[in-house]
Amino acid sequence: MEALDGNAIGGILYHVFGREMTMAQAECVCGARGPLAECEVYLGGPGVVVRCRVCHNIVMVLVEVREMTCVDLSGLSELELPGWR
Amino acid sequence: MAGAALLGRLIWRVATVTRVVDETPRVRTLELQVPGWPGHVAGQHVDVRLTAEDGYRAERAYSLGSAPGEPPMITVERLEEGEVSPYLTEDVRLGDAFEVRGPIGGYFVWRPNDGGPLFLAAGGSGVVPMRAILRHRRNSMSEVRVRLLYSSRTIEDVIYREELDGEEVVHTLTRAQPPGWTGYARRVDPDLLREVAWSAEDEPLAFVCGPTSFVESVAAGLVELGYAPKRIKTERFGATGER
Repeated sequence: MEALDGNAIGGILYHVFGREMTMAQAECVCGARGPLAECEVYLGGPGVVVRCRVCHNIVMVLVEVREMTCVDLSGLSELELPGWR
Repeated sequence: MAGAALLGRLIWRVATVTRVVDETPRVRTLELQVPGWPGHVAGQHVDVRLTAEDGYRAERAYSLGSAPGEPPMITVERLEEGEVSPYLTEDVRLGDAFEVRGPIGGYFVWRPNDGGPLFLAAGGSGVVPMRAILRHRRNSMSEVRVRLLYSSRTIEDVIYREELDGEEVVHTLTRAQPPGWTGYARRVDPDLLREVAWSAEDEPLAFVCGPTSFVESVAAGLVELGYAPKRIKTERFGATGER
């Protein structure tokens, strides 16, 4: 499956977080850091899988179950929202 | 918005098709009327949602090809196996309606104050957000230098052909070339980028959009030329993204 990037899930992320998120800085447990827009995104499965572009570790999983979006952020060590500091 | 948590909801709105333009045999532009449309920034996209009679839903993201201040316009390439693009490119008629949410995106966007010089690289329908940027630059009388490198399979696959004639565009046709073609006739490679892209000394701002393989090779080539990675904005699409 071909990887897209975080731009492709801007709508889903906005829906979940209630704001523009592609510019949020995501820090992977490997230490790599960058905007969510630059992460690898896989849309072909039952949910959305977001991976670190450097170590390819899973940083985020979003699955929609009966109109509810379940979000797993355990692969992230930090998620910094611009303007929230 | 410093320090404040201003949460909003992105709602699905009904979009009505007000104009249809056939760009190429496989690509069509739809101008949309969306009540409550908040306006957009060049480079943003919308999610389109289609609902079947049995309730089955499919969503896809499409870049906006119109400049800020213009009605939202999407340009859609038909993918044979697609769930959404065949409807948008073949079945949809003037006055038909479907749901959209947006505008979406804060990364792959350009505002005149962001400056340049701008180097835009597009593969196939990756040219859609570039048109929004080119139009916005023109409409806002920006004096930022801009050059578009546009890779298409054949001359018939070139989207927005007439409009692009008025811009500084370098075409490459990767699969077939018309008789007498003197332009590039190969995939974008480091040598081609060296000839076409602004010098890294000018600290250009680059936008690269297209299929994943195109984006990765162009972005890597620009880094090789000395472009600052932070000034290379990338957006990938593929069969699953149906951009």
